[in-house]
Amino acid sequence: MRTKPATRFLQYVAVICYLVFLGFPLLWLISSSLKSPQEFASITPSILPKHFDLSNYSDALNEQGLVRGLGNSLQISIYSTILVLIVALPVSYALARFRSRLRPLTNGWILVSQVFPVILIVIPLFMILRPLHLTNTIPGVVIVYTVWSLPFALWMLQGYVAAVPRELEEAASVDGAGRIRTIVSIVMPLLRPGLIATAMFTFISAWNEFFFALVLLQDPQLKTLPLVLARFVGAEGQVQFGPLAAASVLATVPSLVFFAFLQRRLTSGLLSGAVKG
Amino acid sequence: MTATLTAPAPLKKKPGKPKQNREAILLFLPALLPVLILSVYPLIRGIALGFTDARAGLHVQTNFVGFENFSKLLHNNLFWDSFRIGVIWTLSVTILQFVAALGLALLLNTDLKFRGVARTLALIPWAMPPVVVAIMWRLLLHPTNGPVNEILQKLHLTDHPINFLGDFSTALPAVIVVGIWVGMPMTTVTLLAGLQSIDRTLYEAAAVDGAGAWSQFWNITLPQLRTVIVAITSLDMIWNFNSFGLVYVLTAGGPGGKTMLPMLFAYNEAFRYGNFGMAAAMGDVMVVIIIVFLFFYLRNRLRSEA
Repeated sequence: MRTKPATRFLQYVAVICYLVFLGFPLLWLISSSLKSPQEFASITPSILPKHFDLSNYSDALNEQGLVRGLGNSLQISIYSTILVLIVALPVSYALARFRSRLRPLTNGWILVSQVFPVILIVIPLFMILRPLHLTNTIPGVVIVYTVWSLPFALWMLQGYVAAVPRELEEAASVDGAGRIRTIVSIVMPLLRPGLIATAMFTFISAWNEFFFALVLLQDPQLKTLPLVLARFVGAEGQVQFGPLAAASVLATVPSLVFFAFLQRRLTSGLLSGAVKG
Repeated sequence: MTATLTAPAPLKKKPGKPKQNREAILLFLPALLPVLILSVYPLIRGIALGFTDARAGLHVQTNFVGFENFSKLLHNNLFWDSFRIGVIWTLSVTILQFVAALGLALLLNTDLKFRGVARTLALIPWAMPPVVVAIMWRLLLHPTNGPVNEILQKLHLTDHPINFLGDFSTALPAVIVVGIWVGMPMTTVTLLAGLQSIDRTLYEAAAVDGAGAWSQFWNITLPQLRTVIVAITSLDMIWNFNSFGLVYVLTAGGPGGKTMLPMLFAYNEAFRYGNFGMAAAMGDVMVVIIIVFLFFYLRNRLRSEA
């Protein structure tokens, strides 16, 4: 192209500024998690640790509350992901394939649920769940996460269902398969990348969620990882920065895996192969 | 994810087959009941709660009080402060991150190196737990141990460490910078996707007609990007206006209420002081603001597109 060298230079400067703005905080967090306590005490902190020290990670994992939080977060995220998939699959199939009256209603609800401030929902939820003895319980939070991840899961999945070629389903019905049979043996296998992406999205939303958990879980035994981490910071003064950074890195690992995985997975040409083959 | 912005594919089958309707309803059933009980009903109940004197407690006794909560809010200085702070926060984060993201997306749409790196890094902040982002920035901005103060002092930009999150004058700007850090990458990736869908031949035709880069940007890029821009900025504004966790962990609304966003104010009313009705009224006010904003913003933007 005919970009002037001076412009080109400025362009690189801009991109590097962006990478520093974006990358430096992440780098600092990871490097802090690997620094020894002595290095933290030094007056001039260095960007990279002088020698890698994993003691912060073992300290973090020796912290009772943190391990429990990790376990609670894992449980809640896995259960709500499974529930979301079970509920979302038939609905998104119906959304993508049939034009029923529920379709505009559902899409309207998907939009509304993205827009409303959660404070309006959380108080009534609290009032509904408490008489049922579901506040301060893991099942209570799982149910709430399931319902509140559903809109986005439906939005994602119906796109994937729409991409499954109808010809395949028609072929199946010519061969005498009923609707349920078609969904299970034709649509579901082809939908695998979509189901995986939706599952990961749901898992990450539950893993990261803070507000509902803050309101619904008071019992220290049940607190999720974000709540435990937030409390860590609250008790300022005695904060051990190293273990805190290590715990933060551990809490981010699922998101990193999510992206590493998604990038490869979603570009695969599974569907086009199925039609042509 | 960008999935928010892609409309579902159009349907080919003709509407109104009764058998199809029955099948669709059957497939909907597993979702219908939980959604009605745990999302539609709470939403309506939440809106109505703003007109009652509901308080936290074991047996919630609620009386209809009309607009009392709203008039109390209007006479509460803290409400006006949180409203003002919310508007400053929402507009600054959304606008600044949009301008930066647009510039970046344009850059990444050229044949520069680092594009891959930039795109890979781009979605990480968005997917990180907001609590972790907040903790990370507290480490970065820490007055004595933080690298930001270290760097500023090395460059002789300041002679004493700044307590960014604890100082009255710097708390809100600092929180805004963190907000931009979280939101900008996602906006960039969305705009980049929009840029890549623009037909190249438009630029070629414009170049033949002698249009410069500037004129191409104003007359082709911006109009072609309009729908994407409207979608992402309106979502960003709503998300920012409703945000909670990030600032709750960064400053908890402090120092002295300088970063008390509307959601933090509502949370305190409900779960610290037990004023459920008042918090719900605050939520109602936020909903009205969002609806009015959406109405005018979308009407103006989408009409000029047609």
